[in-house]
Amino acid sequence: MSIDLSQFFEVFFEESFEGLDAMEAELLNLVPGEEDLETINTIFRAAHSIKGGSGTFGFNSVSDFTHVLETLLDQIREGKRELTTEHVDLLLKSVDCLRALLSALQSEQEPDLEEANALRLKFEAILGLGQSEHDNPNSECADEQQAEVNTYQIDFKPYHHLFKTGNEPLYMISELAELGELETHVSHNEIPDITDLTADDCFLSWRFFLNTEKEERVIREIFEWVEDDCDLTITLCGGLFSEDDTAQGAEENNPDSKIEPASSAPINTQEVKKAVVSKAPPPATESTSIRVGIDKVDSLINMVGELVITQAMLTQLGEQEITEATIASLQEGLAQLAHNTRDLQENVMRIRMLPISFVFSRFPRLVRDISQKLNKQVELKLLGEQTELDKTVMEKISDPMVHLVRNSLDHGLETVDQRLAVGKDPVGIVTLNAFHQGGNIVIEIMDDGQGLNTTKIKEKAIANGLIALGDELSDDEINELIFMPGFSTADAVSDISGRGVGMDVVRRNIQSLNGSVEVSSATGIGSTFTIRLPLTLAILDGQLVKVAKHTYIIPLISIVESLQIDITKVSRVGKDLDVLRLRDEYIPILRLYNIFNHQGAIETLDKTLLVVVESDNQKIGLLVDDLLSQQQVVIKSLEANYQKVDGVSGATILGDGRVSLIIDISGLIKLSGLRKPGSQELIIESQANLEAS
Amino acid sequence: MISGQSELDNKIMLEQAKGVKQFLTFIMADEEYGVDILTVQEIRSWEEITVLPNAPDYVKGVINLRGTIVPILDLRLRFGLPSIEYGPLTVVIVVKVNFEQGSKIMGVVVDAVSDVYSIAEEDAKTVPNFTDSDNSEFVAGLVNVGEKMVALLDLKKTMKIKCTH
Repeated sequence: MSIDLSQFFEVFFEESFEGLDAMEAELLNLVPGEEDLETINTIFRAAHSIKGGSGTFGFNSVSDFTHVLETLLDQIREGKRELTTEHVDLLLKSVDCLRALLSALQSEQEPDLEEANALRLKFEAILGLGQSEHDNPNSECADEQQAEVNTYQIDFKPYHHLFKTGNEPLYMISELAELGELETHVSHNEIPDITDLTADDCFLSWRFFLNTEKEERVIREIFEWVEDDCDLTITLCGGLFSEDDTAQGAEENNPDSKIEPASSAPINTQEVKKAVVSKAPPPATESTSIRVGIDKVDSLINMVGELVITQAMLTQLGEQEITEATIASLQEGLAQLAHNTRDLQENVMRIRMLPISFVFSRFPRLVRDISQKLNKQVELKLLGEQTELDKTVMEKISDPMVHLVRNSLDHGLETVDQRLAVGKDPVGIVTLNAFHQGGNIVIEIMDDGQGLNTTKIKEKAIANGLIALGDELSDDEINELIFMPGFSTADAVSDISGRGVGMDVVRRNIQSLNGSVEVSSATGIGSTFTIRLPLTLAILDGQLVKVAKHTYIIPLISIVESLQIDITKVSRVGKDLDVLRLRDEYIPILRLYNIFNHQGAIETLDKTLLVVVESDNQKIGLLVDDLLSQQQVVIKSLEANYQKVDGVSGATILGDGRVSLIIDISGLIKLSGLRKPGSQELIIESQANLEAS
Repeated sequence: MISGQSELDNKIMLEQAKGVKQFLTFIMADEEYGVDILTVQEIRSWEEITVLPNAPDYVKGVINLRGTIVPILDLRLRFGLPSIEYGPLTVVIVVKVNFEQGSKIMGVVVDAVSDVYSIAEEDAKTVPNFTDSDNSEFVAGLVNVGEKMVALLDLKKTMKIKCTH
């Protein structure tokens, strides 16, 4: 009978955040003077649903604030007020403010009302004082604080059919409890013999003593819906009842309410207790959800249907006598099963895929704010917004992208004057483009600004000791330097970029998603950052390799080639690092058995297999005993029940049920450097030697 | 049947109220050790295992437990006892350990499973401070069951794996 509203909180928050996103997007489209009624209607509707929802769930800070916002929108909508840029700015700020309020409520923290109140004053100033006074609950509050504290005796005797009208006394009691100190007495004298008892009739009646500052009118309001279904008398007793009484009353109340009709008794006892004795918030339930298109679900159902048919067919075959013919159809059935499973897997993966517009949609606002701050004119172009991306990847890619876009706006694009001076359009263009390429998703962030300043980068790199004074580097190599740790060309630390969180962090974040980021730039024409990401994090194509008696998996994407070592091309650098000359590159050889501490592997280099892999633009060769099959593997976390293992990115379960570990190439390089001090430098050195030659 | 069940329930409730807990005990190097039975997920026989590179010697590796990767520790090596060859009686007790960061499913290799005892919490005696032994920190308490002494394990400390680096 009683509904726990908190179960709908998550949906409310999700919808509200969506509404705010919609409001923001529409507000950015608004041009004062030529506003479109439909746009304003959309904004109004979004604000209205948030207000309605927050009111229902009792988030008054949100609903009060949305109310003034809505009033302004309503006036604009009805043509009573002209829309100005000031209004748009204010509305955008209130979107931010609402978002902050809702996030605070979602994480069950006390929302910070300072900004909301400041903004509300501004709204009220626009709307005119007369209305604001009426809407401001603060002033109402102030009035009531001075009001006298009275004690009311409330006799509430609902008629037997109360529950049938859809009313629940519990809610009224909890509402009463919110008005002030409440003492509750339940009378259960009317409960008939068990044989005459009907579970959906109400036989209880209550006497309340309420200690409140509120007027009788407020109390009556609570019972407004049940006026015709109960006997209600409210009398003013005056005077206070003592604290002790309250506590006692609450305690007495519990055993009493246990004698309620059996069907509702357990719930009610608990609920009454909650309402009267404690108002502790329910425990936080952290859950994230995704919205999935019905077409995706439908196609999944279809696939499962096919899977069931295949399974039925196989079962039937299994019951028959085994002959040549049944074996053939059995094989056919198994092939069908493999096909079904693969389809199903792909489709299940698609559920996690969301269009990248979820990330892109935050950029119009960002660009608007930053360009205003920098006094630059910028046009933002979004392409390929429907490109789909794994939800987890999406969540993690948005921060690096924000960083790159900020950089483009701050360092890339010139000011209007500078652009006019070199004969460019005063409005700079930043383009975000997303598309699929092979098994990857590619995101490009392009600007038509001044491009990377190679001279400045080089000077800075020399000053930071990243390169030596005499080093000859190509432009691409210089551009690559911006990804080095501790590199920032921003002359002054500004609000927008150059806060010491450099491009190296961007690169590291992207690499943690198994992705890569590159830059290309032409002086005076612009620069392009290209992010490449795998489509999903949960599955990868792997090459199974054997080291001693252990099977490891190398991500196929990082394998450049596999070859048999020709011993004549191996030379030893330093104490214990072997380097293979491969065409005109030098590949350091890492002995996997050595790094992983396994005994019994092939230790001679000649004719042994070497898997050449690339990570962080660095090629290394991994010495393995044997190459096994290639297969798609589902990545499982080792950290869930164990801890991080260096050089291993995760584990998977092979076809025969055994666990196999997935090698993390960049971790492996780090590990080999750790275990043999000096070898890391040697790798770089050999690479540098090569570049010099 | 139903009344039998509820009788059992009552008994359990009564025991819980008195602070009585049930412990699963196992044998290792002729000594008996106990773990809270509520932490035990299942008992398995020893099976082929995937070795983790550069792990401490007492971490034998990981197994596939119905799709979950579960690490397996050898309790003999953990306690610094001489290891023995795994035989048909060698079992893996899979337990759920509640660490501060969250619970983890892990397995321990022991010589053999022994019995289940109900032990009142107040009967458990604290461990005398053996000065030089690291192992005393793994034991939460000692109890006498008949003639035998059972060491109750502190799983959180026992299953904590030190980083190798």
